[in-house]
Amino acid sequence: MKYWQYLVRRLAGILVSLIGLSIIIFTTSRVLPGNPARMALGALASEEQVQALAAEMGLNKPIPLQYLDYMRGLLVGDLGTSLETKRAVSTDIVYYLPATLELITVSMFLTVVIGIPLGVVAAQNKDGLTDNATRLVAFFSVSVPGFFIAIMFQLLFGYLLEWLPITGRLGSEFGSGVSRFTGFLLVDTLLSGNLAAHVDAWAHIILPALALSLAGIGQVMRITRSSMIDVKDQDYVEAERGFGLPSWLVTYKYTLKNAFIPTLTILGLLYASLLGNAFLIELVYSWPGLASYGVTAVLNNDFNAVVGVTMTIGVAFVSINFLVDVLLGRVDPRIRLAMEEAT
Amino acid sequence: MSAESAGVLDRFVSAERRELWQRSWKRFTSRPMSVIGLGIIIAIILLAVFAPVVAPYPEHAGKFTDFSNTLQPPSLDHPLGTDHVGRDVLSRILFGYRLSLMLVGVVLGFGVPVGVLLGLVAGYYGGWTETIIMRATDTALALPPLVMALAITSALEPTLTNAMIAIAALWWTWHARLVQSIVASERGEEYVQAAKLAGASTPHILFREILPNTLSPILVKVTLDAGFVILIGAGLSFIGVGVQPPQPGLGTMVSQGTSYLPDSWWVSVFAGLAIFVLVMGFNMLGDGLRDLFDVEVNR
Repeated sequence: MKYWQYLVRRLAGILVSLIGLSIIIFTTSRVLPGNPARMALGALASEEQVQALAAEMGLNKPIPLQYLDYMRGLLVGDLGTSLETKRAVSTDIVYYLPATLELITVSMFLTVVIGIPLGVVAAQNKDGLTDNATRLVAFFSVSVPGFFIAIMFQLLFGYLLEWLPITGRLGSEFGSGVSRFTGFLLVDTLLSGNLAAHVDAWAHIILPALALSLAGIGQVMRITRSSMIDVKDQDYVEAERGFGLPSWLVTYKYTLKNAFIPTLTILGLLYASLLGNAFLIELVYSWPGLASYGVTAVLNNDFNAVVGVTMTIGVAFVSINFLVDVLLGRVDPRIRLAMEEAT
Repeated sequence: MSAESAGVLDRFVSAERRELWQRSWKRFTSRPMSVIGLGIIIAIILLAVFAPVVAPYPEHAGKFTDFSNTLQPPSLDHPLGTDHVGRDVLSRILFGYRLSLMLVGVVLGFGVPVGVLLGLVAGYYGGWTETIIMRATDTALALPPLVMALAITSALEPTLTNAMIAIAALWWTWHARLVQSIVASERGEEYVQAAKLAGASTPHILFREILPNTLSPILVKVTLDAGFVILIGAGLSFIGVGVQPPQPGLGTMVSQGTSYLPDSWWVSVFAGLAIFVLVMGFNMLGDGLRDLFDVEVNR
């Protein structure tokens, strides 16, 4: 099979699984206990009002028909109305998504700049003290609940040392001085020319981003270490050493470059999985992102919002995984060959 | 063990096999991390099982209030302090472990057999059977596990039982994928062809010939999964869709404790540490087993 045929097949598979996902999520959200129309109107509304709204929302139709209506709306970007905010779910998602993406992107950056160097150092000192220390750190980072470490950071850096703010994205004093351009505060504060607010936005994002990146740092560190060790014993690296190249050049130019491929795979998977972990971190830091919006929706049985958020995350999740595959195929011909041979 | 039962055992377990086990055990114990992990798990299981006996205040596990004793810092009477209604945190953690272990037991007890069976069938038969089963597993992989479990839970009443159902409904897919990939590569092997030619039935080939070859990766995966399931369960409880108060869920306790930070830090901190220690135990054991069996298993 040709490489592009493989990619087309993957895309078709992704489409099928997204449709499967939408059916599952839609159906489970529609068998909710309690009447969503009643919930939207509150306890004081009369039975007639509730019935009228239920009819308007299409809740009296059979679920498969409701699903078709929903999918028809989805094609034109209509995800229904949130019972909680009374706004269109798509508007809400566009509003809350940048905060989450900003948090995830900064976490990813921290994961890379902390995880990869630590992995390199560990590989250089294989079985030495540093290696064993990083192994312990890795164990710690995948075993500790993210929400717990988030609370620990708040206690330590917020309450005890009073270095950093513990909730929100921006101090209330900057509220009026920053206009919304992109929804990414680190960008918007700059575009508004408000440097003090920009610094404040960094101060707010650093703790949640660090808490979110911890599990990934452990994984990136271990995978960088083991692939560095694998590559180090390859003949071409031995040859370069034999030519008398300095060891730092061999390490950084030749070894790391080739060892980076497994790391790249993990990074892609991580970026996607941060979408899930962000749910807990945003809750701890009152971070007004998509996850906070989703949790509120779940707790309030806001069914359109639940489906909308879930599908958004699903699409983002599978797209990132697919992009990583494409990228890997481009950088490593061996992987492309393996893909062509598969099925 | 009596001499008679040892004799029975000898008849079933050959000398070579026993030597193999002894060698594996030796290799396993040569890594301190795995032994510590196993020790942590056994200790916590014992504490959880005997919680009604070993907990200093077993009655504090449920609906109990003592408003003269609220939010007491750690002391000799309450080694880990008391919570906002005066309950002993240590006692609640020990009972909380019961809920965490029950979650692991139910999720893996359902998810692993179902996943293994479907994986065997998909891998062995291939074709349409495989396509349908594997597409179903793909769907489960279209979302991060926590979000998937959260979405399923949102449709149900928030209880521990429903959280178990949501996670179990998800978990079989990973085992199905793992087993399917192994079986797909084994079905062309000579021993399978030989069994077929000898007239062995399909169930015999699946369960007696192929299944034994998948056992060590499954065992490793189950151990690593246990920690992961605990983390997801704790996450759901922390959000508020898992274990409900007054039940002593560990994630629920961390969440309740956050209202009393930073002054009464002990509720959240000790409950969080309790989750961490148990998950760490499973991860250390899983890592040791992975080296022992020399298998690649990804999360």
